[in-house]
This record gives sequence, C-alpha cells and structure tokens, in this order.
Amino acid sequence: MRAVFKTSYDKDIDLHPDWWERGKIAVLLGLLALLPFLVGEYYLAEATNTLIWSLAGLGLMLLVGHSGQVSLGHAGFMAIGAYVDAGLMNAGVPWIIAFPLAGLAAGCFGAIVAIPAVRMSGIYLAIATLALFVIIEEMIIILEPVTGGVGGIFAPSITLFGIDFDRYASLNNFYWLVLVIVALTTWAYANVLRSPTGRSFLAVRDSEVSARALGINVTRTKALAFGLSCGVTGLAGALMGHYISFFNYELFSIFISINLLLVVTIGGLGFIQGAFFGAILITAVPQLIAILRDGLNATVGIDLGGIPGLDTLIFSVILVGFIIYEPTGLYGRWLKFRAYVQLFPLARRDMFRRQKTYLKTERSK
Amino acid sequence: MSLLEVTDLAVHFGGVKAVDGVSFDVVEGEVFSIIGPNGAGKSTIFNLISRFYEPTRGTIRFDGTELTALSAHDVAGMGIARTFQNIELFDHSTVLDNLLMGRHRHRATNWVQDLLFLPKVRAEERAHRQNVEEVMEFLELEAYRDKMIAGLPYGVRKVVEIGRALAMGPKMILLDEPASGLSVEESQDVSYWIEDMRRDMGLSVLMVEHDMRLVTQVSDRVLAVANGKPLALGTPAEVQSDPTVQAAYLGTDVSEGAVA
Amino acid sequence: MELIQLIVGGIASGCVYGLVALGFVLIYKASEGVNFAQGDMMMLGAFVALGMVNQDYWALPFFPGILLACAVMGGVGYGIDRFVVRRIFGQPQFALVILTIALGFVLRFVAGSIWGFTPLVLETPFAGKHVNLGGLVLGYEDILTILVTAALTLGLWLFFSRTKLGLAAQAASQNQMAAYIVGVPVRRINSMIWALSGVVATIAGVLYASKGTIDPNIGLLGIKAFAAAVIGGFGSLPGALMGGLLIGVVEPIAARYLPSGFSQMSPYILMLIVLTTRPGGLFAQIHAKKV
Repeated sequence: MRAVFKTSYDKDIDLHPDWWERGKIAVLLGLLALLPFLVGEYYLAEATNTLIWSLAGLGLMLLVGHSGQVSLGHAGFMAIGAYVDAGLMNAGVPWIIAFPLAGLAAGCFGAIVAIPAVRMSGIYLAIATLALFVIIEEMIIILEPVTGGVGGIFAPSITLFGIDFDRYASLNNFYWLVLVIVALTTWAYANVLRSPTGRSFLAVRDSEVSARALGINVTRTKALAFGLSCGVTGLAGALMGHYISFFNYELFSIFISINLLLVVTIGGLGFIQGAFFGAILITAVPQLIAILRDGLNATVGIDLGGIPGLDTLIFSVILVGFIIYEPTGLYGRWLKFRAYVQLFPLARRDMFRRQKTYLKTERSK
Repeated sequence: MSLLEVTDLAVHFGGVKAVDGVSFDVVEGEVFSIIGPNGAGKSTIFNLISRFYEPTRGTIRFDGTELTALSAHDVAGMGIARTFQNIELFDHSTVLDNLLMGRHRHRATNWVQDLLFLPKVRAEERAHRQNVEEVMEFLELEAYRDKMIAGLPYGVRKVVEIGRALAMGPKMILLDEPASGLSVEESQDVSYWIEDMRRDMGLSVLMVEHDMRLVTQVSDRVLAVANGKPLALGTPAEVQSDPTVQAAYLGTDVSEGAVA
Repeated sequence: MELIQLIVGGIASGCVYGLVALGFVLIYKASEGVNFAQGDMMMLGAFVALGMVNQDYWALPFFPGILLACAVMGGVGYGIDRFVVRRIFGQPQFALVILTIALGFVLRFVAGSIWGFTPLVLETPFAGKHVNLGGLVLGYEDILTILVTAALTLGLWLFFSRTKLGLAAQAASQNQMAAYIVGVPVRRINSMIWALSGVVATIAGVLYASKGTIDPNIGLLGIKAFAAAVIGGFGSLPGALMGGLLIGVVEPIAARYLPSGFSQMSPYILMLIVLTTRPGGLFAQIHAKKV
C-alpha cells in the first residue's frame, strides 16, 4: 500500500497528490489519444459514442451526485444543445461559435428552470424535471420551422481552421475533437470540486439549513448547479447530434433520460470516474447483447432477435441487481477491489459495510 | 458597546406564541447565556436571529444593522456564526472539508475563476487551509482531519460543528446547547474553549444551555425565559436566586449549580 | 353542451388517473417510497384481467374474473415489495425511484411476452351501453368509473385515518425506527400496502380498458398520474383524486380549444404551475423542519 507523505497544502489542493497518480492519468490519456491507430473504425466510433455519453453523464453527475438534485428529464437539455448547435450551423454560424452557444443556451435554460425548481425537493423536483422534458419534446415538434419538427434536422459537418472533422469522412479527427472536449470538461469539473464553488454544491446537498447559516445563497447555488449541469449536457447533446448526423426529437427520448440516470447511478454516484464507468457500461452492453445473440444464433440456433424489448429488459435487470447489491456503483466496487488488493491479506470483510439509514420523513424539510 | 440588541422580539406560530416580547442585548466581548425549561423558545430566538423564521414583532440590531431586513444567508456575512442543537454537519465530507465550508463568507473568487482554477484560486485555497488549520489546532481536531463525519463519535461531531462556526471568522458565535450529550470532561473542554474564544479571539458568545455548571462558569450575564416570555436578566447568581426562575424550574434542583 | 360532454368524459378519464395516482400515494403514505412502476402495474392488471375474462383466454365470468385478477395483482404487488424492494431497505429514496423505473420495464416486457404488442380489447358486460340524459351521453363505463373511484377513495381515506393498520402505516412512513420500537411490523405493513396498491392498479386498469384498447405501453400513463399525485400534494389521498380529475378535465378541453400539441403538454404545464405557486401541491403535506 502506497503512503503519500504530504509536505505542503498544495498536495491536498492539487488534483493528484503525487507523480504516480499523475502518471497513471497521463498514460490513460496517451492511450486514448492513440486509439485511432489501435482499433478499427467501428470500435473507434463506439469509443466516440462512449465519450459523448461520458460527457452527458458528467453533466448529470454534477447535478445528482454533487448537488443532490434529481433530474429525470436531462435528455431534454441534450436536445436543446443538439438543436441549437445544428440550427445555428444550418444558418451559417461556424461550429466554433455554435457549439459554445448551444451549451450556453442549454445552461441558461437550466438555470432559469432552476429558479422555481429549487423551491421543490426530492420527488417533486424529479417529477417537475420529467414534466419539463415532455414539454421540451412537444415544443420541438411545435417549433417545426426551426427544428424540422417530426421530420428531423441535419447536423452539418464540422470544420475548424480549414481541417475537416466530419464524423464519417474524418472519424479520427472527430474522435480527437471529442476527446479534447471531454478531457477539458473533466478538468474543469475537478477544478470545481476542489474550489469554494464545489464545496457550496456539496453543502447544499448535505444540509441546506447549515449551508444557509454559513452564508451560502442556496437558491443561487442550486441555480448555478443546474446551469452548469444543463450546459455540459447540452454540449454533449450537440456532439451527439453530430455523431448521429441526422436526427429528430426521438433521438432524445425518455429512455435517454433514464439511461443517463443509469450512467450516473451504476457508474458510481458522487465520483467523476463514475460517469465514465457508467458510460462504458451503457455503450458496451448493447454490443455485448448483439454479440451474444449472434453467437447463440450461430451455435445453438436460438434466435433472440425476435423478442422486442430484450435490450431494455437486460438493462433493467442489471440495474436492479446493482441497486440491490452494489449501490455505490461500478466505481464503488472498483474502490473496494482496489482496497482489498492493496491491503491484502489484511482486508476485513466488513470494511465497506454500508451504514443502514432508517427512514425519517422528508416531509419535514 | 452593544453588539447585538434584541428588542421586544416575538414570533407566533398560529396560536402558539413561541417567543413573546423578549428583549436583551449582548455587549462586545461578553458571554451571554439564555436558559429556560424545554420548549421555552430558546432555540427559536436563535432561529429568529439566524433569519430562519420571520418575527411577528420586534427588532434585532447587530453592529448597527437591522437584521430583520436581511435574508438567512446574509446573516453570516454580518459576522454571526452558529451551531445547531441537532448537529447539522455535512455527513459525506471530511472534517477538513466541513471546516473549509465555513470559510465561505471570505470567498474571494467567483465560479468562473474556480472552473479554470486560476492562480488566485490556488492562493485563496492555501489561505483558507491555513486559517482552518489554526481552528483545528485550537479545538484539537487534527487527528480527525481526513475522517468522514459519518463515522465520528457524537462528542467529536459537536466539536467539529463549533470548529466550522469558528472557521467563519465571526464577530459573534451562537452556540445552541454546546454541552448537550457531552461527558463531564468534554463539557469542561467546552468551557475552556469559550473562555479562549472570548479572550484570545475577541468573540462575543451567545449561548443556549441547560448545563447550569457550564453557564455559571463562563457567563457574564444570563437571561431566563419560559413559555416564550423573559423571566429574569442579570448575572448568573442573580438569575438563579430569582424566585420566578426557580418556580419555572419546578422539580429541577437549582441550588446544584449555584456554587461557581 | 359539447363542453359539458367534454367535462364529463374528462371526469371519467380523470378518475382513472386519480386511481393510479391513488396507488402512488398509498405507497408513499406508508413508506415514503415512490413507485414509478405504478403505471405499468395498472397495465399488467388490465392484461391479467383480460387474460381472466376474455373469450380467447380463460373466459371466466366477468366479476369473479376481475376479483381473481385483483387477487393476482395484489400478490404481484406483495411479491415486488417482499422480494425486491425490501432488499434495498435502508437505502436512500433515490434508489427506489431507479429500481421501480427498471421494474416498470420488466413488467412491460412480461406483458409483451405473454400477450404480445398488438392492441387488445377487454370484453366487459357493459361495453357500448349508455344512458342519455337530455342530450348528454354517458357511457356505462364512465358512470361505473366515477362511482368506483369515489368509493375506493373514501374507503382508503377511512382506512388510513381510522384503522389501526392505517395509522401504523403512516407512523412507519414518518419515522421507521420509532415505529419499530413501538412494535409496528414495518416491513410486513409495507408489503401489505404494496399489495393494496396492486389491487387499486388492477381496478384502474380494468376501468381504463373498458374505454378502449390496451397494449403494453399504456403504462406511460403513469407519468401523467404522477403529475396528478404531485398536483394534489403527494401524501394526500383526496389530493391524488383531485389532481387526477383536474388533469382529466383539462386535457380534452386543451385538445379541443388549443392548438395541437398543447394538449399533450397540458398536464405537465398545469403541474408546474401548481408546484411553483404551492410547492407542496394543493393539499400540501410538507412542514418546516425544526432545527
């Protein structure tokens, strides 16, 4: 087990306590950068998809994991981001401007929505966000001249400084672009968490009463959390639009919202890494199911392709399993595994025993 | 010089007069205690000062400013810190993080600067950490620095809450039953800390407390309330020998704490 | 006249929303848990009833068939709590939300596997029959819906406020540890409430099915019913019904008089309006915490 000897406050303030941790991240980033040269086009596209989902997951994680607010309608903000980005580009605005504007639009909308929303808590907020999602969906259909309504809209290919980042023609470039965006966002997220802004989010999550007593403007903090979260998710939506190239409102269905929730809960609520673990699961499982299905079909002749809803069923079962047996998610399980390996053979069985909390009514808030 | 002036404060919840015409003042550098039987409205007075409740009547002036015009989160900015009767710490953070959150009032960076973690943010973080370390040293919490609140014993959590209030760098600290649930030794520590807060940090302390030994040991003046109404105001000895106070404490052995 | 017809029809469909919302509130009142699968339980209840009563399946006589369906769904509800929800006892409320969302998908899959995805019709003895009150046409199923809903709401409200079991359930939802200490069998009561909720869902499903076709996706109605429960104030039984009625009436009126697309949004806009003006819903049940 490695011990880190801290000699200055900076060791705690830095993102990584020492060069070992920093090295591991550098290696990871290096591998990711070299991915286009290591895997074929199909898997590179899948990796891009995973990265986009991670970005969306980061957005939701900020809200749910670190600010304690629930949102069941985050796909709506992805939709806003996608439509603003594609819409602006179709109107001639270059991507370099359209992209941040899309995030800004989603973020502002989120912040505005937050202001009445912060008066609600828990389940009321959850259902309010769900309602909002339905409304956004309907608005997209109604605003047909701008959004292409039911027919859909085309997201033009991205060009930056003369270099092509088309999702099909220059997938490598597109992948790298997404990678850079995701890396920058993760860095900014980590910065937020180690700064007074992040601490105010955590304070609001854990005890609104004492947050207020400490001078934190709870309404403004929640609105900021919502704004940042929706903004990041909006950016992810914009990228998703480019990834799919031609989309309509059905791309951002209620199932996407639920998938996003899966990403943050199965991945590990409250950890940045959780968003990535969850995204990997979400994008990998359909692939695995497809492989399994083809395999079963080829070897044993059982055709599972005809059963509709099998994908969602398997996801649901996995989700139920995680909630019951591993509520800290994949990252939580990884932490336990790592602790076991580092402490071997001294790891104790009940080291991570979950403290059972008895329900105390939330109706007295 | 009066730091806090409460005049004819009252709050009615429906038909219940939780606080009914309470007036007192806290002089700068003073330790002022509020005592009374359970349900007397002591914590309600705190919640009124913290602006969690809206008073039906009365004024609260702190350092010349009328508090009833401010919202709850502005009260901290005025330099008033408080602890809570049922500990309201941030359970999923470490002791260090809880104390750092107390520094919010002295925040000098906005969220954009935080996002980019500019050098100014780093410098501020170092300064906050320095300040918080001093508080931890004062309260002897260094051993618990990186421990999660959720796993700490009750007595330590109470101390962390005091630490978080101190980290704010306040002018006045409101302690809501600081000794409840603590052992004799821990209560003794609390009395030493209150003395140090007054003497070394120049704080004014407003305290709600049931432990009469602690009250008589540290307080300069005491206000006794019952059923929301004030009974007596004066030095600990004066208040304890007041017949109306003794009557309100029916069944409690008041003479026990009289020997200072 | 057309407006009144719309309103009456709206009241009837509002009753169905109200019943589903009632199922939500039942579980919330007893264990402060939120069952996002309530809509799908309604759907499954309707299908089980169909399986009991329709000629193509078991072809039992109507009312015994419905009763049997209620019993089966009561068992399903009990089973869901006993074997799945109970496993996450002690976890925050959020976990239950996700769990029940997942369960909803599972129920949908089960229904689709057994009965397929094409819309089916429940055979009822009062199909097509109606009364004519001076130009106002009231279908038998609408009248029955309104009567049954009123009776159920009254019965459940009495249950919670007058019976020992109901009070014990409320106690358990407010402070589990305290309830245990005074001897309330918290987990068993929760399971019973889930069973009751399953029965209510079946009745709602049957009433819904009597007005049209059913397919495994009708569970999405649960989201609207959720909005109804929220409008009413989440811990209030009469509130749930009130919310349901409100939505049931507003929807067809919005469809008739507002541009298309707005009727879909109307329940949610209504809900958001209510929530911003009265954050706890119409019959708010949230109280300020004493610190």
